[in-house]
Amino acid sequence: MAQRTVVVASASGLHARPAKLFVQAAARLGVPVTVRLGEKTVPAKSMLGVLSLGAVHGTEVTLEADGPGAEEALDSLVALLARDLDSDLDTEEALDA
Amino acid sequence: MPEPSAPDPSAPDPSGPLTGLGVSRGRAAGPLIRMAAPPTLPPPRPVTDPAAEAAAVASALTALAADLTRRAASAGHTAGHANGHADGHADGAAAEAAEILEALAMIAEDPMLLEDAESRARDGMDAAHALDAAFTQHREALAALGGYLAERAADLDDLRHRAVAFALGLPMPGLPAPGHPYVLVAEDLSPADTAGLGPDVLALVTERGGPTSHTAILARGRGLPAVVACAGIMDVPDGTVVGVDGGTGEVAVGLTEEQAAEVQEGDRAERARLAAGSGPGRTKDGHPVKLLLNIGSAQDLRPDAEGVGLFRTEFLFLDRTTAPSFEEQVAAYAEVFAQTESVIVRTLDAGTDKPLPFLGLPAEPNPALGVRGLRVDRLLPDVLDTQLDAIAEAARKTGAEAWVMAPMVTTVAEAAGFVRRARARGIARVGAMVEVPAAALRAGRLLREVDFLSIGTNDLAQYTFAADRQHSALADLLDPRQPALLQLIAMCAEAGQEAGKPVGVCGEAAGDPLLAPLLVGLGVTSLSMAPVCVPAVRETLAGLTLAECRDRAVAALS
Repeated sequence: MAQRTVVVASASGLHARPAKLFVQAAARLGVPVTVRLGEKTVPAKSMLGVLSLGAVHGTEVTLEADGPGAEEALDSLVALLARDLDSDLDTEEALDA
Repeated sequence: MPEPSAPDPSAPDPSGPLTGLGVSRGRAAGPLIRMAAPPTLPPPRPVTDPAAEAAAVASALTALAADLTRRAASAGHTAGHANGHADGHADGAAAEAAEILEALAMIAEDPMLLEDAESRARDGMDAAHALDAAFTQHREALAALGGYLAERAADLDDLRHRAVAFALGLPMPGLPAPGHPYVLVAEDLSPADTAGLGPDVLALVTERGGPTSHTAILARGRGLPAVVACAGIMDVPDGTVVGVDGGTGEVAVGLTEEQAAEVQEGDRAERARLAAGSGPGRTKDGHPVKLLLNIGSAQDLRPDAEGVGLFRTEFLFLDRTTAPSFEEQVAAYAEVFAQTESVIVRTLDAGTDKPLPFLGLPAEPNPALGVRGLRVDRLLPDVLDTQLDAIAEAARKTGAEAWVMAPMVTTVAEAAGFVRRARARGIARVGAMVEVPAAALRAGRLLREVDFLSIGTNDLAQYTFAADRQHSALADLLDPRQPALLQLIAMCAEAGQEAGKPVGVCGEAAGDPLLAPLLVGLGVTSLSMAPVCVPAVRETLAGLTLAECRDRAVAALS
């Protein structure tokens, strides 16, 4: 079992658009990944599950996956969570406009 | 006026034409789509094939997700198209709508939700109940987290209603978004529903409602054909092509494509003809009636009008924690004055009924009966002084003839005080709005102080009938055809004729082509309305003599 622990960097936590980006990324991986916060474990590709963790900015979550491709999958999701997805979005929007 | 009625099984045959009250002129034809109420869950159904129920659950969620994804794409498309237009707001709003719809689609295809609902179905629940239970469980989980997530719980309610409707084969609740133009049909429309109306709505038909209902006002403001109180309309199946005549109230059911195209073409021609009509308002026999505009800012001005009858100044004051400065006000007023030869400015119409943060007024138990309109001056005289200074300065700068009027004038003393302060600044003409019966009853005496009166029919009806103007259950009392209201208007108009001073009407009634002739018959000298209403009112007046208008007024007063 591959495992990573990461601190949620987004200012708004794992809500709203950061949650959407994370869940979309997880759904694209093809490797089932779970997110654990305390006692609770949810599939990373479940929007309702990820939202229900209530992870705010600075919360430590643990990602887990099994089988081939697990390490790479976790690396990519960890990289995503470690970024401030809110400010990334602002940058994207500024470029759009 | 017909009472709002529940669907009636003995209602007209839905294959024949239906009739309601035409409340907003114009014609349109297209496929009808009903706005349904959230589905009611039938009693649980005994299940013989759990696997089939599980499959039905999955297909309802798939259909829901597909529907949301399609709507997101269509909203995103709108956002893309709005680029290059001046309206950056519409662009941002459409992009935001697309974003929200995408997030909702992700929830609809959420694996946890699917698994949960499927497992309930396999345990013997029918599909609709399995979906309902699964959504309810997740809703409660989010609600328990509080804050932002609790707010998202309402999204889940909407999704649950839609998923259950899919499973039961019922029409979608909420505003339809079929991705093509359609005639929106509903039992009634709430302000929230109407706020979200998109550009693909061709016409509105409601089973309930009256001439002053929210639907009617909104439709007239947007120039959308509308029919209310149309019995039987909710029984017509979705997708049926209907032709709506917002003038006669007739709804033709089951048109062919050719017939629908004819209706649309006829409407285009009619609108072009109306738009081509121009010039001052007058009756068939040449009696002049000024047609004026109700505006909120220079953006609302149209070249084809005889001036502005109601310049609402509230927009400058909205969302402010401090009053706009003298200079800022001068600039805003001058922008309007520079573009129109005559304009009547209404001083700030706010108060405890329409609270503005900078006023800092304490809440009241009965705000409609409290400190509102000119009465704010009792507590905060600086607000009016600065505004009158700014109006006078803007008039000087532009050379425009600016008139001012105060809202909610109730006594002669109030009117006299307002006149004194405006005249001291050299403002050309000073008037009072008649919005309470006390002012109408003393119209003759008021006119010795002021240069003109302008009747606000919505508020005057509210206070005459002691009926909150927003109250949908009291719509019949607020009907501008009520004889008591017409009698008060007649008193004001007669007083104006005796004094040789103008008495106008601004408000919903003035822009209604069915009511405008009646008001002219009562003796009012100008009608001020939303710009979109002017062409139809002009045309209606041009088709009637003054004597015919008077006959209508006499009949309405009896």
